Amino acid sequence: MTSEIYTLTVNGNDYQILDGHPSESLLWVLRERLELSGSKNACEEGECGSCTVLLDGEIVCSCLVLAASAVGREIVTIEGLGSGNEISDVQQAFVDAGAVQCGFCTPGLLVAIDQLLNTNPDPDDLTVREAISGNLCRCTGYGRILEAVRIASNSRTVQNEEEKGK
Amino acid sequence: MSRVQTSDTVTKGPRIGESALRPDGIPKVKGEFVFSNDLRHPQMLWGGTLRSPHPAARIVSINTAPALKMTGVHAVLSSEDTEGMPLYGLEHPDQPVLADGVVRYQGEPVAIVAADHPENVRLALEAIEVEYELIEPLSDSKLAQEAKAIHPDGNLFRKIDLIYGNSQEDGEIIVEGTYEVGMQDQAPLGTESGMAIPSEDGGVDLFVSTQWLHADRDQVAACLNLPSEKVRLTLAGVGGAFGAREDISLHIHLCLLALRTGKPVKMSYSRTESFHGHVHRHPAQMWYRHHAKSDGTLTRIEARLLLDGGAYASTSSAVLANAACFAAGPYRVPSVQIHGAVVRTNNPPCGAMRGFGCVQVCFAHEAQMDKLAIALGMDPVELRLKNALKSGDQIITGQTITGTAPVAEVIETCAQHPTSVGAASEQMELPGGAGRTADPKNIVRGEAIAVGFKNLMFSEGFDDFSTASCQLLDGVATITCACAEVGQGFVTLAQQIAREILGVEEVILAPASTSNVGSAGSTSASRQTWMSGGAVKSACEEVRIRLLSRIAESHDLDVESLVIVDGGIASLSSNFSISLKEATIESIEVEETYRHMPTHPLDENGQGDAHVSFAFSAHRAVVDVDQELGLIKVVELITSQDVGRVLNPLQLQGQLEGGAAQGLGLAVLEEINVVDGRILNPSFTDYLLPTALDMPPVEIAALIEQPEPNAPFGAKGVGEPPAISSTAAVASAVRNATGLDLQRVPIRPTDIVFSEKSEND
Ligand code: FES
Ligand code: FES
Repeated sequence: MTSEIYTLTVNGNDYQILDGHPSESLLWVLRERLELSGSKNACEEGECGSCTVLLDGEIVCSCLVLAASAVGREIVTIEGLGSGNEISDVQQAFVDAGAVQCGFCTPGLLVAIDQLLNTNPDPDDLTVREAISGNLCRCTGYGRILEAVRIASNSRTVQNEEEKGK
Repeated sequence: MSRVQTSDTVTKGPRIGESALRPDGIPKVKGEFVFSNDLRHPQMLWGGTLRSPHPAARIVSINTAPALKMTGVHAVLSSEDTEGMPLYGLEHPDQPVLADGVVRYQGEPVAIVAADHPENVRLALEAIEVEYELIEPLSDSKLAQEAKAIHPDGNLFRKIDLIYGNSQEDGEIIVEGTYEVGMQDQAPLGTESGMAIPSEDGGVDLFVSTQWLHADRDQVAACLNLPSEKVRLTLAGVGGAFGAREDISLHIHLCLLALRTGKPVKMSYSRTESFHGHVHRHPAQMWYRHHAKSDGTLTRIEARLLLDGGAYASTSSAVLANAACFAAGPYRVPSVQIHGAVVRTNNPPCGAMRGFGCVQVCFAHEAQMDKLAIALGMDPVELRLKNALKSGDQIITGQTITGTAPVAEVIETCAQHPTSVGAASEQMELPGGAGRTADPKNIVRGEAIAVGFKNLMFSEGFDDFSTASCQLLDGVATITCACAEVGQGFVTLAQQIAREILGVEEVILAPASTSNVGSAGSTSASRQTWMSGGAVKSACEEVRIRLLSRIAESHDLDVESLVIVDGGIASLSSNFSISLKEATIESIEVEETYRHMPTHPLDENGQGDAHVSFAFSAHRAVVDVDQELGLIKVVELITSQDVGRVLNPLQLQGQLEGGAAQGLGLAVLEEINVVDGRILNPSFTDYLLPTALDMPPVEIAALIEQPEPNAPFGAKGVGEPPAISSTAAVASAVRNATGLDLQRVPIRPTDIVFSEKSEND
């Protein structure tokens, strides 16, 4: 890639990136060029998950992805969770369960958990722990985060059963 | 005017004792909350720091000219370019803003740059030419006191000889041990970051993540040679703190660059830079000898404590005071001889971290209690109960505990709580997880309990206070307090307090800043619930009194008959009522300063009423250890804590779980490896924080609610105890599982694989 104009599709919107430097990470471009600073930068070395986004539905550390390599792919960030002004069930569960303290790990965790529940609506405890083991949280000790996932997954299961029952 | 009871206030919003939700929760889950790392300004420059690659060197020359000529570079500053006070420090200014002629630790700031893009900052930093003449670093804390001074202030930060009681007699049973604690990092997920904006009056506005705005402001102003009113600090969103943000990091650098360039300047440390850019938990070497009667009664404790303070003072002297004062643990001991020192070396500077000196000694005194139990042939829980402090007892500084001290209660409830774990059923749950192939045959389980305690608030005669104001207008309360919200949930609590006292629904929190209110003191020492909670409570109470007397006067009513109920004021003796909104068309505003009871310095024998209040906790850990691979899995943590009164159950639980995770980290994972003054692992790749797979469920056996006299609402601070006894409990459980005499945390795989079995086993 050269440093020409390229287009990224983030949360369903197309953004033109002008004078992008080819070495810029997706995280950097999201935060600094697109001003979508919900994705966090706790390590920028692929170890903390605070920068987690979805790339064509797969979880990636956006600090490890070159921005220019994400051209033509669907990028979903924390800003793209929920619909319109409504927050998602997992986001609400995070607030209700006390899963947020400083909140720096929160966006990355929410993207990871949203993806987990979309593929496995009723994960057991160990599955959830494995799924978020790439997301460091220094404040909570994970207890309330796991509780938030339980709340969200329970309400999804109930919903699914109701839908089936209809 | 009589004081109106708060208990007749009825309100719908969550009040004291309820699980109120964080007001910043929604913006945080949406990714909209602005952390200091997210600050942005259309004209902003990026700042960067050139740091010494050497732990000890003389600076022969610095040439900034090549960097200044580079594209996009607006300023390059070294110590020559500063005009104010060249040194700063939280307790004692001994640390250069920028190194002047000598560097004393690896990572010490030498020069700073402002440029239009981080890439140009990086190139400019590379272009600065610094010639160093290397000095052999002083890296062994044991040699520091005899070594040549590496700083004009000498190599000893503080020495404490704490002598209590008369008996020098040996006990019937004596156990002795040497213990070591490695250097832990607070590792808040948000790195140091902030933005300085020059103002038209020649001053500067600094937006920064910190624990104590006003102490920063005073140090920054002195180093800029500006009057303090021209330096205005505002709290930017804080991504965790745990002690790492109590000291100055980039604050002064940002302001220097902003004032020099006339533009807003932003800095945001990388993770590696963050490891070099803040103070750490003091590594400790401790020797202990416990004496007891054959029935288990403690008769005497001797100890020598050596803390490595690293290159600069920071809060070292207060950390040592804590280590010494709490060295015996929460036990009655009639005689102690404790000799403590904290020294200067060319290692990374150490200062505040959650638990502040008590974590290190808890690991040691609890290991000693286990050893003693084995020597006595006594149950370790029984031994602890036999010697447990209670209210009215003296601690080893001669101070009588006048508040609550439910030590026996935390021990008993924690010890009796049923365990809920079975054997690991999946490979993933075994030590080492899926990546290793642990053979279940080599795995042993162990269990142990540990108890710890700590002072709340600042000690030793420090004038410790917090200021808050409350305005009530149109039925809406606005609370202004410079208390740094770092994730602990003060913002939630402040709203609960205002609702409780004023009966309002809507409570607005003004930004925490130095420009609209006095100091709230530091968000540390488990002090803000008590101190800033106390200030908010006083301000709200005074507003309430003025409001009710105003209504009484204007409507010719007896003030005693007035109550606040359902968002309005009603009289119990007539059918008068008025909504709060109507009653406060004209605003009422009150500012209050809250102080805790005065404390006193320690005398030459380490004696004195140095502390305000004490909080106690117990942890019980269950661990599985793979003896062949040396891997540890903590499978359960059970805890009981002395909390005074529960103000917000949900946030309290978060503190207990989060603190226990940091304690577990120190026990089995987390260490900054320093060799010859150099950090070998300044990254999350090599410095291991507990993940969701490392952290077991934390079972809360009991929250002991014995209201603390003098504490607002009877509540004790709760943030630190969870990080104190947890480390000791995990280490002890590993000892229990393996029979090894593990004397050091974090426990490394090699410690298990290559250690000798303990003689006591
Ligand atoms: S910032 Fe990307 S993994 Fe840490
Ligand atoms: S809430 Fe602070 S890092 Fe997770």
